[in-house]
Parts: sequence; C-alpha cells; structure tokens
Amino acid sequence: MPNINDILIMLPEFYLVAAACLLLLMDAFMKPAQRPLLHWVSIIVLLVAMYLVIVGQPPQTVTAFAGMFVRDGVSEVLKVFTLGVTAMLMVYSRPYLIDRKLPIGEFYALLLFAVIGIMLLVSAGNLITIYLGLELLSLSSYALVALSRDARLTSEAAIKYFVLGALASGMLLYGMSMVYGASGMGGTPSLDLAQLHQVMAYTTAPTLLVFGMIFMLVGIGFKLGAAPFHMWIPDVYQGAPTPITAFIASASKLAAFGMAWRLLDGGMGDLSQHWQLMLAVLAVVSLAIGNLVAIVQTNLKRMLAYSTISHMGYLLLGLSAAGPEGYAASMFYAICYALMGLAAFGVMLALSRAGFECEEIADLKGLNQKAPWFAFLMLLAMFSLAGVPPLVGFWAKALVLEAAIHANMLWLALVGVVFAIIGLYYYLHVIKVMYFDKAEEGGTLVVQQDKSLRVVLSLNALLLLALGMYWGPLLDWCRHAFGL
Amino acid sequence: MISLAHYIVLGAVLFCIAVAGLFINRKNVIVLLMSIELMLLAVNMNFVAFSRFLGDVSGQVFVFFILTVAAAEAAIGLAILVLLFRNRSTINIADIDSMKG
Repeated sequence: MPNINDILIMLPEFYLVAAACLLLLMDAFMKPAQRPLLHWVSIIVLLVAMYLVIVGQPPQTVTAFAGMFVRDGVSEVLKVFTLGVTAMLMVYSRPYLIDRKLPIGEFYALLLFAVIGIMLLVSAGNLITIYLGLELLSLSSYALVALSRDARLTSEAAIKYFVLGALASGMLLYGMSMVYGASGMGGTPSLDLAQLHQVMAYTTAPTLLVFGMIFMLVGIGFKLGAAPFHMWIPDVYQGAPTPITAFIASASKLAAFGMAWRLLDGGMGDLSQHWQLMLAVLAVVSLAIGNLVAIVQTNLKRMLAYSTISHMGYLLLGLSAAGPEGYAASMFYAICYALMGLAAFGVMLALSRAGFECEEIADLKGLNQKAPWFAFLMLLAMFSLAGVPPLVGFWAKALVLEAAIHANMLWLALVGVVFAIIGLYYYLHVIKVMYFDKAEEGGTLVVQQDKSLRVVLSLNALLLLALGMYWGPLLDWCRHAFGL
Repeated sequence: MISLAHYIVLGAVLFCIAVAGLFINRKNVIVLLMSIELMLLAVNMNFVAFSRFLGDVSGQVFVFFILTVAAAEAAIGLAILVLLFRNRSTINIADIDSMKG
C-alpha cells in the first residue's frame, strides 16, 4: 500500500505536477498584459524543484510505490541538470516568445510537463513508468514543436516528429511485451526492471528475450537520435522554434541517456554481451553520418542537428562499454552536451528577432565586428562541441574514449578520434565565418537587449570553460552516482 | 484450441502490417495515424495474450495505460494534422518535403 513515505520520496515530482497545473490556471485567468509574469513564476518553480531534489536526496537508493519509482544517485544528477538546463532555457526564450507573440502560458506549462516526464523517466523502476514518462515527455514535445501555428516548416516538423516518435514508442512497447513474455517462461512474469535483470538466467525462451531486447534497442536508438534511426532529427531541429530545438537538444538528451541506462543496464544487464556490439555499431554509424553530413549544411540549426547525431555516437561509445566507468563517462558526456548545445542555441536566440531567425551560417558573417562578446561566446560553444582543450567538450570526449579502450574496444575509440578530427572542420567553419568574413552591407545583426539573457548566456558559455579547467567535481559526482 | 503462439503470431502480423503501412504509404497522413494505432493494438494483443496464458495481471494493467496514452497521442496527432492542413491545404505525404538534406 502506498504510504506517506512514498509520497515524500516523489515530492519533487508531485510538487511540479501541482505547480504546472496551477500555472495553466493562472494563464487562463490572467489578463494578457500580466502574462509575461508567468516567465519568472515558472523559473522559480523549477528552482524550487531543484532545491527539493537536492535537499531530499536519500543517502542510498530508495524505491517508492512498490518499485515503480527509484530514487538513486543517477536520477538525482540527471534531475538536477534537467531542471537547471530548462531554467536557463526559459531565460533564453523569453524575448523570442514576446517578439513573435507566441502563446506564453502554453509554452511554460508544456515545458514543465515535459520536465516532469523526464524526471519520471530517469527514475523509473518499471516498464510502465518508463513508458508513461517517455510519453509525457514526447507528447509535450510534439505540442511544443507545433507551437508557432502559422509557420509552414513548423507543422511539417511537428508531423514528422510525431509519426517517427510514435513509431519509436511502438517499437519500444513491442519489445517490452516480448521481454514481459520471456520473463514469464519458466518464472514469474514481471514488468519490474530489477526482476527483469535476472530473466536471462532462468528463461526457457531466450530467443524471445533477445528479440524483445532488439526492438527495445531500436526504440532507444530512435529516442536518442542515433543513426540509422536519426531521420527525424534534422527536420525537427530546423523546423521547430529555436527555444524548442534547444530543449530537444539539451534536456531531452539527458532523458534519453537516463532511459537507455535504465533499460539496458537496469533491465537487461545480463544481456550485455548481446547489446554491446549493437550499440557499438550504432555509435560508428552515428559518428560517420553525423560528422560527414554536417559538413555540407548551410543552415546552422541543421548543422547542429547532425552534430547532435555525432554526439549521440560518442554517448553510445560510453554506454557500449557496459560498465560503471563507461556509464559515468556517458552521463558526464550527456550533461556536457546539454550545456554546450544550450549555449550554441542560446547565442542564436540572442541574435534572432521577429522576422529574422539567424539560422543560416551566413547570417553570422562578421559577428565579431558587430558583437564581439557574443562571437566569443559562440566560439566557446563551437570549440567545446568540437572537443578542443581546455573546454569541457574535450574532457567529455576523452573520457568516453578511455572507457571504450578499457572495455577492449580500441577500434571503436580510434573511429571516435578520426571522426572528432573530421568534425572539427564544420565547427571551425562557423568560427571562420564569424571572425574572418566581412559583414554584409546594411547588416541585420542586432543583439537582444534582454539583460537576464545576456548574463545567463555568458555564464553558460563561461561554464564550459570553467568546467574544462576544473572538471573534477562534476566527474566525481557522476562516478559516485554509479558507485565508483 | 487456440494457443499462446497463435496470439503472438497474430500480434506479429498486425505489427508488420502497421509498420508496412507507415513505410509504404505515400498518400495520406490519416493512414499514418491509423497505422500507429494498429501498432499499439498489436502490442496490446501481445500483452493480453502473455498476461492471460502466464497467469499474471500486470500485463493487462499495462494495456490500460497504453490505451489511455494512445488516445492522448491520437488527439495530438489529429491536432497537428489540422495545423498541417490549415498551413498547406493538403495532407498528401509526398507534398510534405520542404526540408531536405
């Protein structure tokens, strides 16, 4: 029976659900002139949730509602960064929403619901919780992508995202049903991840189990955006409003890592010999497609989309090492990627205004003359994405490569290094355009005057530098979460 | 006597029809929504069959959740479809190709 203790364990989630509903009500009863107030309210809501997560951190792993919900080190780290990244994203998106007269209340409410989905997903202890968290995140994201209702590209991006996302959920569910069936052959059927862990040892239908695992892997690949399941990523990144793209590129990736780790290590850890190589193949294909296709892109958002695919390749590199060291490196990578991607999209948001999206690489021509500080912030983000020391992107890459080598997959690490060098080209191209190309006559670049955006964006980009110099505490936190 | 294998094969056939519908269909977005629905129903078939034959209710509980979420999913899908039609006056899949590369 659920008791008060269960509710206390899930307090941050319950609090966020109540706050999101309240936000919707406030939006409905507010005068239009007061609506911008919702912006600060929702940031405070997120910060309070972050406080609740940190304060309520249990000394060891605890479960609530009969194992449905798990609260352990990994979920705490991912939740803190999800909430932090989303709060920063809200600061960046305020001028964008106001300039384009997008529905403010819906944006914040949907974003909060998506965050609740992520929090459920990363601390799921049962296949049902995984599915519900995933769908809460996905359904909110579909609606968010379709938010600017008049843009042609937006509706196209939304329908593509919806159809492929639903296909991915279907694959994942089909795999879950097979795993559930296999767990019942020769034992008690179960949806609980902790019990599924032992299925391989006793099941009389190992083929069914492996089939189910493959379908789940396809679903995970779709959600991560790993090639060859990456078709939706470029179109959604390009078509969605930039703040939503930034959300999909940052907080959603933390969720995807959390889901992949829960399912692969939590539910199917005994099958690691089967999925290890599959993940390695996904990683290589993602690295190749992401880095090579990004080179020919002229649209900055699309280029960053392909760069995301390649970064998911590195993340999979760490996961395919199938050990605590690899998982910790992978989680460190996911967190760093979320911060880097957010900084890159943040600069785009700072430079865009109504009627000018600043999404072509050519739009950045001569940024150094117009706004040297923002050119510098973009430079930090690009160097970090490319993995140039001393920025944090370098350490993140080095750690996943090290984990792959320790797992006896030297070839995989070599592939990773080669594609990191190839990838350098298109990041440097952006920097060249900003610093060495002349601005066009009657230039269109104007930086947003919003003070909070400028301050938080600067902090975000400088954080990449600071973490690059002093990455120890974050890495220790990640390693500690995996018991290292 | 209908055995567990029969149900699993039926589920697999339904799932394949749904996936084929998603990939082969070149005409209409509504058919895509129908395929997605069919895919979820194939999964439900699997869960109910396993649950019944293995004597455990948790699979059927999962089916309730899937049905509920599928309803929400269909609502959002149709809303996006209306948006698409309003912006482009067509729901032909071949016309949804303004982004490439």
